[in-house]
Amino acid sequence: MTVSNTQPNPSSAATSEVVISTEKVNIFYGAFHAVRDVYMDIARNQVTAFIGPSGCGKSTLLRCFNRLNDLIPSARVDGRIMFEGTDLYNKQTDPVEVRRRIGMVFQKPNPFPKSIYDNIAFGARINGFKGNMDELVERSLKRAALWDEVKDKLKQSGLSLSGGQQQRLCIARAIAIQPEVILMDEPCSALDPISTLRVEDLMHELKQQFTIIIVTHNMQQASRVADMTAFFNAEAAEGGGRFGYLVEYDRTQNIFNAPQQKSTQDYVSGRFG
Amino acid sequence: MSYTVAPMRKAFGAFMTVLATGCALLLALPLFSILWTVISRGMSGLSLAVFTELPPPPLMQGGGFGNAILGSLTVLAIAALISVPFGIMAAIFVSEFARGTKFANFVRFGINVLSGVPSIIMGLFAYAVVVLTTGTFSALAGGVALAILMIPIVERTAEEGLKSVPMETRQGAIGVGATNFQTISQIVLPAALPSIATGVTLSLARAAGETAPLLITALFNNFYAQGILQPIATLPVLIYNFAGAPYKNQQDLAWVASLLIVTLILIVSIVARSFARRQHFG
Ligand SMILES: Nc1ncnc2c1ncn2[C@@H]1O[C@H](COP(=O)(O)OP(=O)(O)O)[C@@H](O)[C@H]1O
Ligand SMILES: [Mg+2]
Repeated sequence: MTVSNTQPNPSSAATSEVVISTEKVNIFYGAFHAVRDVYMDIARNQVTAFIGPSGCGKSTLLRCFNRLNDLIPSARVDGRIMFEGTDLYNKQTDPVEVRRRIGMVFQKPNPFPKSIYDNIAFGARINGFKGNMDELVERSLKRAALWDEVKDKLKQSGLSLSGGQQQRLCIARAIAIQPEVILMDEPCSALDPISTLRVEDLMHELKQQFTIIIVTHNMQQASRVADMTAFFNAEAAEGGGRFGYLVEYDRTQNIFNAPQQKSTQDYVSGRFG
Repeated sequence: MSYTVAPMRKAFGAFMTVLATGCALLLALPLFSILWTVISRGMSGLSLAVFTELPPPPLMQGGGFGNAILGSLTVLAIAALISVPFGIMAAIFVSEFARGTKFANFVRFGINVLSGVPSIIMGLFAYAVVVLTTGTFSALAGGVALAILMIPIVERTAEEGLKSVPMETRQGAIGVGATNFQTISQIVLPAALPSIATGVTLSLARAAGETAPLLITALFNNFYAQGILQPIATLPVLIYNFAGAPYKNQQDLAWVASLLIVTLILIVSIVARSFARRQHFG
């Protein structure tokens, strides 16, 4: 296994198979340089956590992995992000296809204002799913550990569920389209502790089949769910403003027990952030 | 140090409460007095004949205004057929495709101006564009005039409805691989439907009582119109004609027609409210 290394050397993941790899990724919002020179490899069927103080660009980087930054007119991505051998930001790459293969769970639960059933079925339908829809809905809800709670009220609005249930519905919605990677941006930040634990348990289940990248503010959460952890930090730029960068990327136990960088040590021991 | 409220402040507070309550009551007064007048004067003339028979000539007894009821519905239907698609499309454009751009602001400004234009001008426009080109006063011309009146209301409520759908909901749809079109047509638009329905019904309520633009577009017809390219009777124009007539029977019918319009607008407003109440997110 590779021991951690610092910027800008590529950090390689612990397992052999790499799903996403970034090369000298720089992200801008207009003239603002939000994320600088990220090199990292994301391993298949592992949970990778992004940790770091607010505003260091974790969400920004995550949104690049399924081209959700396309929705922000001022956002610009430099460098290369390879997903299974294709450059995500190649002109020929269809962002819609990218999002079908790389799903996303958002910070705030955002079920569609539709029935629970249709929340799951919508993604499948627009992706041309031809199989048994009832079965798919049931399977997805079961895998998101929500089936027992909603099986008698599939016709009810997804918005009628509690926050924790809504977030699991969003996870079910994401897995229903059979992506290879699921991105989660602080999926538990709006949830109570019990719902949070349920979602964390779920992640252990889901990584059998999916690659998961999770942004979290909560270091206990990272240490509980993640195999790999990337620590980001923000630093003042010469021209004013702050840019985020990847400080250290390693196995989770190394990040928490034997970090190579002083700032990582400071962050995980709770001295800042 | 004491925590008692200074007497002056207390008195001022009480005074303002009374003032505000009084103003609120005063505001409700015209509504109730209109309702009372219309009901007390119109109720007695209400009969089945009113809905089925044609307007009576001067000095004749009885009669009704079935043609004006049907005519009003026809003109409103034409107006809705024109204004609803235009209003919704404009709202989708401003809210979904051009949000934040100069052009969206320009469109919104134009719509604001349009909503301030007096309705008689809309009638003149429809007169110039439809009546003069087709050579006849007609339901179509009336519909066009009312449609222009309705478009700003439909557009504004539809735009508000679309904007009330959270950005996160759109991102959720994009995130499961929906195209922009699928997101708008299958997620955002259905979610905005209650407020669009509110806007449409409110604009209909507004248009149902308009008289001035109809006088120079739909004109009037003592009989049932044969098609949409003929002068057509409408309730407001009937009221306008009969209320000013020196014959008691026609004046009474005008009150009955007023009662019908006010009831219609009341019902439509209540329906609009019930649509509005069904909205909620998150
Ligand atoms: N849509 C945006 N437009 C402009 N700047 C943005 C936008 N989103 C985020 N930023 C900026 O980019 C930086 C990184 O933000 P973000 O990725 O949200 O950080 P994190 O998720 O680590 O808290 C912040 O300085 C933030 O202000
Ligand atoms: Mg964030």
